Amino acid sequence: MPLSSRHLLGLNGVPKEDIQLILDTTKTFREVLERPIKKVPTLQGKTIVNLFFENSTRTRISFELAEKRLSADAINFSASTSSVSKGETFKDTIKNIEAMKVDMVVARHAAAGTPLFLTKICDANIINAGDGIHEHPTQGLLDLYSIREKLGRLEGLKVCIVGDIAHSRVALSNIYGLKTMGAKVSVCGPSTMIPRNMKELGVDVIHNIDEAIQENDVLNVLRIQLERKAREYFPSIREYAKYFGITEERLEKNGKDVVIMHPGPINRGVELSSGVADGLQQIILKQVTNGVAVRMAILYLLGTMN
Amino acid sequence: MKVILKNVNLNHPSQKLKETKTNLIIKDGKIIKIGKLSEEDTKNSKEIDLTGKVLVPGFFDMHVHLREPGREDEETVVTGCDSAANGGFTGIACMPNTEPAIDSSEVVSLIKKQADGHLVDLFVIGAATQGRKGEVISPMAELYESGVVGFSDDGVAIKTAAILKRALEYSKMYNLPIIEHCEDESLAGGAMNEGLNSTLLGLPPIPSVAEDLIVMRGILMSEYTEGKFHVAHISTKKSVEMVRTAKKARLNITAEVTPHHFTLTDDAVKTYDTNMKMNPPLREINDVAEVIKGLKDGTIDCIASDHAPHSYEEKEVEFEFAPNGILGLETQVGLALTELYHKKVLSLEQLIEKMSINPRKILNLPVPKFEVGEDANFTILDVDEVWTVDTNNFKSKSKNSPFNKRLLTGRAVGVINKNKMIFEKETLNI
Repeated sequence: MPLSSRHLLGLNGVPKEDIQLILDTTKTFREVLERPIKKVPTLQGKTIVNLFFENSTRTRISFELAEKRLSADAINFSASTSSVSKGETFKDTIKNIEAMKVDMVVARHAAAGTPLFLTKICDANIINAGDGIHEHPTQGLLDLYSIREKLGRLEGLKVCIVGDIAHSRVALSNIYGLKTMGAKVSVCGPSTMIPRNMKELGVDVIHNIDEAIQENDVLNVLRIQLERKAREYFPSIREYAKYFGITEERLEKNGKDVVIMHPGPINRGVELSSGVADGLQQIILKQVTNGVAVRMAILYLLGTMN
Repeated sequence: MKVILKNVNLNHPSQKLKETKTNLIIKDGKIIKIGKLSEEDTKNSKEIDLTGKVLVPGFFDMHVHLREPGREDEETVVTGCDSAANGGFTGIACMPNTEPAIDSSEVVSLIKKQADGHLVDLFVIGAATQGRKGEVISPMAELYESGVVGFSDDGVAIKTAAILKRALEYSKMYNLPIIEHCEDESLAGGAMNEGLNSTLLGLPPIPSVAEDLIVMRGILMSEYTEGKFHVAHISTKKSVEMVRTAKKARLNITAEVTPHHFTLTDDAVKTYDTNMKMNPPLREINDVAEVIKGLKDGTIDCIASDHAPHSYEEKEVEFEFAPNGILGLETQVGLALTELYHKKVLSLEQLIEKMSINPRKILNLPVPKFEVGEDANFTILDVDEVWTVDTNNFKSKSKNSPFNKRLLTGRAVGVINKNKMIFEKETLNI
């Protein structure tokens, strides 16, 4: 059975069967990545453009690697957030790239909704690699895969997303994906960083990190974006680390084998202590490896459907 | 020239006049007779049969953005007036956020000159502060003398409470309103209403309290100074409640609402359609319900479009980067009739008050009358005509309407003013 959509714009509304298919396909590609020769000819002759209107290192490299492993022709395009400032409109930029006959577009953009806009002005398959503070579906899927790999299931698990929920595209994709797969989702962070309407999404809100550690099977700890406007939403890094940072002491005190995840890059000593970031409970680098496999699975499923 | 409007219904609530199937004769732009026609009357005259149509005092939109001077590619005074006439208005007031801002009598006369001889009466709202910068109040006396009918820094609220106080005190000398775009600057800058939808869509939010704070500030300051304060494009539940309370206390407060704020909710943003982006943003269902309640109980005095033309290129971008604002002049009458009259929120009389009489009262302008000797200044309505909005038929220079292809019931089929008549797309000199 193919996916129900020819684009991956977000995880909102993506049916359980699609997520299941992506995760199962990921497992196949995950095995490919363990082989001595990690390349398969699946997308030979397909052209994929990585359209990055916002700085990104790991997501771009992860996609690029996934494309190369599938033998697709990958092109990288980086531009400042607003192409309008260079004189050319976003739409013209896209039209130009499309005219070069590309099959798929992987897009990262600072403005929410841009991937949907792309589907209206361009015929290629669109994959959202992060749009503003909206969604980051491939990150959500790799998180789901990593949890399933570690704990064997998603249904019935308790997962808490910790940190700046309001300015995170990872949070929303995780919430949608996890809830669809039957997990119980909560968020934990300073109240200035949690949107007012979380309960309407069926997500519990807590503000005590010790409670979050005690109550959950998995903590997905988000990066505090020190360089962004988000910095204004809490009084100081010291205060954040003291009340929301996860340390070995905290894990020990609450005596639980909670799985620690992080989408990276980590602010060591802020959201995670170095001991936790390198500790036995974290699966942070596994997430990175799985990221390549998940992206291979998505590119394969979308690239072979039309 | 003599024109006879035959078999027409008349409705003028402040004159308490409601007649059916009567005749009205206009000669040289003035009403010369209302009632039965004699043989003499019909000689040398053009007869227009208006069976089933309603003649009402000409509609007036007190919140319109013409882009002249500065952005004549989006709208000029002339295309804006054409758009108004096509939408059923015989009078409009234009906002001062042009480039340069309307803060001197020179700019006022430049704009007024462009509208010379047009069917539509063009009135000008002056900037409340010099350059709309919020630092020093504008030359209000000079602006008043050059015909300005109100003051506003629209686009933003007046920067500080101190300047608002001075503006209210000074404008009080001329009994002109301060028309406030109610939005707290420190909470502004988002792309849509803060709520569940902004979370789901990942769009930077504007909280409703940003509006409420400045409405509250204006009410308190108006009470303190006894100045005349008008809330532009009211959109939140709390703001409507505060204006209601202020009116009960007999304060000098009035308010307007746009058709989109009583028609749409922020659910419409879900497609990231930039024609759903405006400021104040579309709100939630509770806000819309309160706005409708406020229209019904008289808390909201008038309906105004906040007509804001933008070029296609400017709107055809990422949602967050698109400018705020949508067209309104050519859909307002249809939306008001569809959403308010046909849904029994307002009677036709109440609707006429909110679209013709009250805006003129707020701006101290005379209301057209159905009386012999008066200027003929009317809108002709077909309240039951079912039609589909098509932006290709707009007279505006821009096309940024969220209502394109929407089915509406009720339309302004003609306007009469200043010795001119437009009816069924035809212009007559009368």
